[in-house]
Amino acid sequence: MTNNPAIELKGISKAFGPVQANRDISISVMPGTIHGIIGENGAGKSTLMSILYGFYKADAGEIFTDGQKILIPDSQAAISAGIGMVFQHFKLVENFTVLENIVLGAESGEFLAPSLRKARAELAELAAEYELNVDPDAVIEEIGVGMQQRVEILKALYRKANILILDEPTGVLTPAEAGQLFRILGRLRKEGKTIILITHKLREIMDITDTVSVMRRGEMTATVKTSETSPENLAELMVGRKVLLSVDKTPAQPKHQVLEVSKLTVVDEAGVRRLKEVSLNVRAGEILGIAGVAGNGQSELLEVLGGYRSATGSIRVNGSEIDLTGSSSDGQSRRARGIAHVPEDRQREGLIMDFTAWENAIFGYHRDPNHQLNRFLMNNAAIREETAAKMARFDVRPPNPNLTAKNFSGGNQQKIVLAREIERNPDLLLVGQPTRGVDIGAIEFIHKQIVALRDQGKAILLISVELDEILSLSDRVAVMFDGQIMGERDPLKTNEKELGLLMAGIISEAKE
Amino acid sequence: MDFLILIQVLDSTLRLATPLLLVCLAGLFSERAGIFDIGLEGKILAAAFVSAAVAYTTGSVWVGLLAGIGASVMLSAIHGLASITLKGDQIISGVAINFLAAGLTVVVAQAWFGQGGRTPPLQSGGRFEPINFPGAIPSKEMADVGPVMQLYSELLSGHSLLVYVALLTVPLSWFVLYQTRFGLRLRAVGENPAAVDTAGISVVGMRYAAVIICGVLCGIAGAYIATALQASFTKDMSAGRGFIALAALIFAKWRPWYALGACLLFGFFFAIDNRFQNILLPAWSLSGVLLLTAFGLAGYVWRKDLLDKIVLGGLGLGVAFVSVLIVASAWSAGLSTQIKIPVVFIQSLPYILTVVVLAGFVGKAIPPRSGGVPYVKEK
Amino acid sequence: MDVMPKWADVVLVPLFSLVLAAFLSALLILAIGESPGEALKLMVEGTLLRSAGWGYMLYYTTNFIFTGLAVSIAFHASLFNIGGEGQAMMGGLGVSLVCLFIPWPHWSLAIVGASVGAAVFGMIWAGLPAYLQAKRGSHIVITTIMFNFIAAGILNFFLVGALKPKGSMDPATANFPASTHLPTFEDMAQLLGFEKMFRSAPANVSFFIALLACVVVWYLIWRSPLGYEIRALGKSGPAARYAGVGSVKIIMITMMISGALCGLMAVNTTQGESERLILNFTEGAGFIGIAVALMGRSHPVGVFLAALLFGFLYQGGAELALWTKIPREMIIVIQALVILFTGALTLMVRAPLEQLFFAIRRG
Repeated sequence: MTNNPAIELKGISKAFGPVQANRDISISVMPGTIHGIIGENGAGKSTLMSILYGFYKADAGEIFTDGQKILIPDSQAAISAGIGMVFQHFKLVENFTVLENIVLGAESGEFLAPSLRKARAELAELAAEYELNVDPDAVIEEIGVGMQQRVEILKALYRKANILILDEPTGVLTPAEAGQLFRILGRLRKEGKTIILITHKLREIMDITDTVSVMRRGEMTATVKTSETSPENLAELMVGRKVLLSVDKTPAQPKHQVLEVSKLTVVDEAGVRRLKEVSLNVRAGEILGIAGVAGNGQSELLEVLGGYRSATGSIRVNGSEIDLTGSSSDGQSRRARGIAHVPEDRQREGLIMDFTAWENAIFGYHRDPNHQLNRFLMNNAAIREETAAKMARFDVRPPNPNLTAKNFSGGNQQKIVLAREIERNPDLLLVGQPTRGVDIGAIEFIHKQIVALRDQGKAILLISVELDEILSLSDRVAVMFDGQIMGERDPLKTNEKELGLLMAGIISEAKE
Repeated sequence: MDFLILIQVLDSTLRLATPLLLVCLAGLFSERAGIFDIGLEGKILAAAFVSAAVAYTTGSVWVGLLAGIGASVMLSAIHGLASITLKGDQIISGVAINFLAAGLTVVVAQAWFGQGGRTPPLQSGGRFEPINFPGAIPSKEMADVGPVMQLYSELLSGHSLLVYVALLTVPLSWFVLYQTRFGLRLRAVGENPAAVDTAGISVVGMRYAAVIICGVLCGIAGAYIATALQASFTKDMSAGRGFIALAALIFAKWRPWYALGACLLFGFFFAIDNRFQNILLPAWSLSGVLLLTAFGLAGYVWRKDLLDKIVLGGLGLGVAFVSVLIVASAWSAGLSTQIKIPVVFIQSLPYILTVVVLAGFVGKAIPPRSGGVPYVKEK
Repeated sequence: MDVMPKWADVVLVPLFSLVLAAFLSALLILAIGESPGEALKLMVEGTLLRSAGWGYMLYYTTNFIFTGLAVSIAFHASLFNIGGEGQAMMGGLGVSLVCLFIPWPHWSLAIVGASVGAAVFGMIWAGLPAYLQAKRGSHIVITTIMFNFIAAGILNFFLVGALKPKGSMDPATANFPASTHLPTFEDMAQLLGFEKMFRSAPANVSFFIALLACVVVWYLIWRSPLGYEIRALGKSGPAARYAGVGSVKIIMITMMISGALCGLMAVNTTQGESERLILNFTEGAGFIGIAVALMGRSHPVGVFLAALLFGFLYQGGAELALWTKIPREMIIVIQALVILFTGALTLMVRAPLEQLFFAIRRG
């Protein structure tokens, strides 16, 4: 083995119109090591990887593998340069077998049978070499997510990849599956493969990488040896200032019970239990934060409470039972009960991107008699006027109610949703990921609005995957794992480590 | 004698199923690659006209066939441009192609031949002649020979070359789709184009290839209709075959061998419709079948919600009503009176069956997952 | 921000598409040895320069308004109703049953009854595919195509069977009683003292029902909460779910309105023109609705203008067929090109316009 880096990037830059996604990025990764790239959402990690895999052409910069300069105009070139990619969303054909997926694009001739035979033999070898056991005849849609990820890794190895790039590989995995993945990565490193791990999770970087680069706003802010840094240090580099997301707030003064959830169970279309007898309650004048890794039932909980997923169990709001069977439960009757909902995904659910701001400002409340001239017609002029006033109050820019939603920035879109839900004066506000993809300035504004609503004596259920956000906003913190509430903590008396253990399902005090 | 009738109906089934089969397989290639094509009808029509016109002008059916394929492929290219390159709406593009063919064929036929949108009848050489197998006997002697000879001479022998081509296309399509690299990629591109793209294969290239194959097969089907099944082009002569083939494709769940079965079944309906003007059934059996259907529907909606009850219950009531009508009208003459089944019912069967399959009451048909969606590369 | 101002998108894109379609059609006319200029002159003279021409044009326009509105409203919910033909056929059946079997004292009552009959039959025929889409996930494009064929079968069944008068060889119903006959434009002109206007042209009072339908649909789509919900579901299914807009309900309602509009077309053709139910009375109007809706950008005003244009083309096309070698099918070619440019090759049509505006903005 030479002393050349397995892969080296020099001065990579890429702009999309006025947005500089990557600016003068340089990395060098030695063979047989794991290099982490960490950064917040939107820091430019995905763009960089797309350049490496031939999806985008860099505006400037050079790429070297093993000391040789290479060009990557398309994915085929990346593959022949020995680069393999495991995308966050797997690129597998769901109704093909494992073997067919592995062979696709790397067939050894015009006819399939010999290709499949060859792949079957090689797969057995790979499985033995890296402890990557997969049934070659299993159909993708019938195997678990962790297994599918193995197929992606095998796909890369089958194409003789020496450099393996994994983009947010643990986002969809359970902690147990993530553990297995890291064991596999360790094994690959031992066999001399080079691995680039892209993530925004500090713990993963600390656990497995040899070196780590930090990206912020399109720039590479630092590259350090993992052993010589600390999570606090990395976090600071990621955000660019001391992580102090504290919110000014007085202690909560909870009053009567507003939301009582008991033994809520959700079984999805595929028959998987997404919620398992979840019980919780929220009182007027307090914020209950629910922490957890994405995909542990939080979305389903919000959907049930918001009235668009059926469940078993019981939900009481202000003491009266809510029908959960689906036929008579819907978003509009929930809203009539005083439940407002800021959904997790504003672009998919919270807003209609092709509607104007004023149309979006009544979305879900469009049947409200206040918005209507008579039974058949809406009072569009009045709605426009109201919206303009609301936009001014919530500092939405530009404050033009006739602009379509897609023309606002993420933060301003979120303010439109928040304004709509908060100004209804609800008894209970459900909030999912309130600051995802929102700029710093808007985050502070949104946090203040949520706390202000609490101080008006409203009950708030906050769901976020950002632990900082949960800790700084909540009056009580519950942790969800695998569809269950693992435990509840006082945010002032707990710490990230303890919550992390709950989130990983390692300690549990789930009763019942 | 009865056996001979059966053989004759099957013979006609084969003739009528041939264009369906070619078009169905054409649609199969296109849809398996993720490109919906409701413009099949237009492609057959265009090919039928061009092949007849060219075969008439040149006197060679082979030149006609090639020209027909060319015309069909050109329409395919337009569909590809709209739905692959320009990422437009595939359904609208298909609709437009159907109209384009319906209009252009008549306009051009009128300009060339001045016979009200027809081509003149094709003479020998300008059309595909039946191929008689060695030892096969002519139709008029058929009644005098044994069943094996009847089967051989009437059903197996005596079709035009394109009938045998169509039948061979089935195993060929199966082989291409399931046994070759090209087929693997083609199926993948209709299920998850991103998987194909990241494997370093051109999604656009694969999809164009599929669309062109679709054009070629539609071209052969069109040529068959104008130069083998009939011997000239007439206005709108595709007669909805493109849509029936689409129905057969769904019925066949996008699989080549099933497509053969579906097309033969639909061809059989048409053959029956051609052969028998009156299909008679005793009143009791007819109304019995209808009543059973009504009960089946009633049983199904028993525990369903209001909308199901209104729609399917209403349908059940309608069927029960027809059944009662039949009994009432046959009452005086006795329940074993022969009742004539309307011809249109047999004609409509392919469409009704397709709707039933689409509704998922019998064997749910799952289309290719990325069908109808233009591929846009993810960042 | 969008490159083009909204008005340009709404006005220039359809116009440019039309210009492209006209240009290609002119080339085709040249190719078959006729003069495009002469053809246009004939079309204008035969349609716009005499009142009977207008009478024919507005008769076609009435059909196209109904089917165009029907396709438009379905488009707003992201549904493609390609079954206008079948729904109109069933509407015709509804009209005939109402006109033949109910003794109407006066046409003004008969038209109300016939409209209800037409709308209900069209509604049922659109409701079945809607139900299959909403509850069973069956692709509505395919089911509505199938329902066109089934409707044709049913129409055929009744016209050669139960509804055919005894002794008649024609596949048609008996003539409707005189009390159901609708006043034509000719009748109305005479009433106002204009003799010799709209001579024997088929346009009739149902044109005004079509105009009324435009207004009602406009209010429905852009002013009513139901229209808001239809558009919301059409733009984003997940968002509609979040807001408590039931997709099953909206799909059913939208398609039933769409089917009712297609059915209403039969009042014009069956009660207004032929005064009995005949085979193939729809003459492809259900499909022309697609071109009209695309050209009119699914807006009632646009639909009205596009329907006028297609009415002109249909009447003009008939003139061409009469006086030149250009057959009526020329219109189908134009229609196909309009659908292609406004619906499928939109990106290609937009690109030069966007560049133009980009250049203008740069100064």
